[in-house]
Amino acid sequence: MSAHELMSLLGQESLATLYMTFVGTLVAYLIGLPVGVSLVVTGPNGIKPRPVYNKVMGFIVNVIRSVPFLILMIALIPYIRKVIGTGIGPRAITAALIIAAAPFVARLVEQSLLEVDPGVVEAAQAMGASTLQIIWKVLLLEGRPSLINGAAVTMINILGYSAMAGTLGGGGLGDIAIRYGLYRFQPTIMWITILVLIVLVQVLQEIGIRIVAKSDNRIN
Amino acid sequence: MAEHIISLQGVTKEFDTKGGKVVALKDINLDIEKGDSYGIIGLSGAGKSTLVRTINLLEQPTEGKVLFDGESLTGLGNKDLNLNRRKISMIFQQFNLLMQRDALGNILFPLEIAGAPKAEALEKAKELLKVVDLEDRAHSYPSQLSGGQKQRVAIARALASDPEVILCDEATSALDPKTTRSILGLLRKINEERGITLVVITHEMEVIKQLCNKVAVIENGEIVERGEVQEIFKKPKTKAARKLFFPDGDYREKPLTKTSTKNRVRLVFDEANAGEPIIANMIMELGAPVNFLYANLDVLGESQKGQMVLCLAADKATADKQKAYLTAKGVEFIEIPEDEIEEEVTE
Repeated sequence: MSAHELMSLLGQESLATLYMTFVGTLVAYLIGLPVGVSLVVTGPNGIKPRPVYNKVMGFIVNVIRSVPFLILMIALIPYIRKVIGTGIGPRAITAALIIAAAPFVARLVEQSLLEVDPGVVEAAQAMGASTLQIIWKVLLLEGRPSLINGAAVTMINILGYSAMAGTLGGGGLGDIAIRYGLYRFQPTIMWITILVLIVLVQVLQEIGIRIVAKSDNRIN
Repeated sequence: MAEHIISLQGVTKEFDTKGGKVVALKDINLDIEKGDSYGIIGLSGAGKSTLVRTINLLEQPTEGKVLFDGESLTGLGNKDLNLNRRKISMIFQQFNLLMQRDALGNILFPLEIAGAPKAEALEKAKELLKVVDLEDRAHSYPSQLSGGQKQRVAIARALASDPEVILCDEATSALDPKTTRSILGLLRKINEERGITLVVITHEMEVIKQLCNKVAVIENGEIVERGEVQEIFKKPKTKAARKLFFPDGDYREKPLTKTSTKNRVRLVFDEANAGEPIIANMIMELGAPVNFLYANLDVLGESQKGQMVLCLAADKATADKQKAYLTAKGVEFIEIPEDEIEEEVTE
């Protein structure tokens, strides 16, 4: 394979990886964020304790999180094929990523919001703020730096998962590593792929750290 | 009816803990009048924080009723409760400001919650910053403010909803003495000039002396004594009140117990009898000395009160004469029970 071909292959598959990562993270948050918020709000020390809901939802989250991603994905592929028509490629993998990542996101969000000073929540309650106002104006706002941090961690995790998924015909950088690095025994390509993955992770992490620093008014 | 801005009727609060039921408040009855600066004092664990939280129902009482302006808050739906809570502001020991909002943003917060028009809210928040003397810190974040400044922001925030009552939960306990004085001064001004009722939770007698006109002493979840600060300062009836109102240490410490623990009295002087050297005259007239164990000048709100602990003559006859002399001169005093002194010493 010529250098030019390699570059275009890497470029294309990097884009596929980024597509899976971004779309996966976005949709995982659309599901995981409300679930995480609901876990905090209905928790034993929450502003609206609902023990039954909290236990059931907590259990579902734990069960999905207990299954290793690769195994979860293999188990899900037949169902994903039924729903979106294909069991391979970035779109199928993204669907699996979302299902695997949403509970992870929910727990991360829960952790972030539990860090919010309960005294501030109490102050808002004393002011007569409604539950929704407390969620929007206190929990999410005060937890913002930690939430953004969590989102960066999630993205990096999903990027890693997506590379794993490449081994199952998912496309993306993992796919290159398997096909060229392993099956055709081209260690150079393998290492270049690894390098690209490292760079992507570093960039995502750095962006995350900078946004957190900028958005956190406790330290500047 | 409306005279009592806050009225607690038979309020009991129990907590279920792993070790069983804990009764935090026992059948509390308390009426607070409009314009009062009502202190609630007790040692930590006495239940005062729980008590203040039942007033705005942050703690739901297990039994009893909470009336605000003659209307029962217990049993209200969330919406109506929240509307009433806007008229009962609260400030806290740890300030509880939003760390991600600047001073102005924090003051705007209750106005946003109430849905006030933006321009109006902004103007009001700026005005309140002036009231608490922090105009130049509008865009500082809490992490950039000192403790006293944070409490000033919290006070401005408490004023934003035009409350009728401000609950102060150990509002100065995290502050140094000088800052404490300035915050107490500000609260006093708010109470006097705006007629806002204060409910002041504290474990420090100084706070009560400087800020409150009435006080309730709480011990083990019960109010054991209550009344005008001036009266209780002069003649505390219960041991709990004596413990709190009496000077700390000095006259109770071990070395001093070498002097007799019998016939000890605590006298309080005010402007009315401050002019005459009563004790000196008493010693000369009766020809019997007394031992001075403690003397201090206390400031109660606007007035000054002298406080003194004396050990009168050891024999009962002379001591009785001395007491009669003091009574005749119109000096208010109470006898300190012997067992209380010894108990203090052995503690």
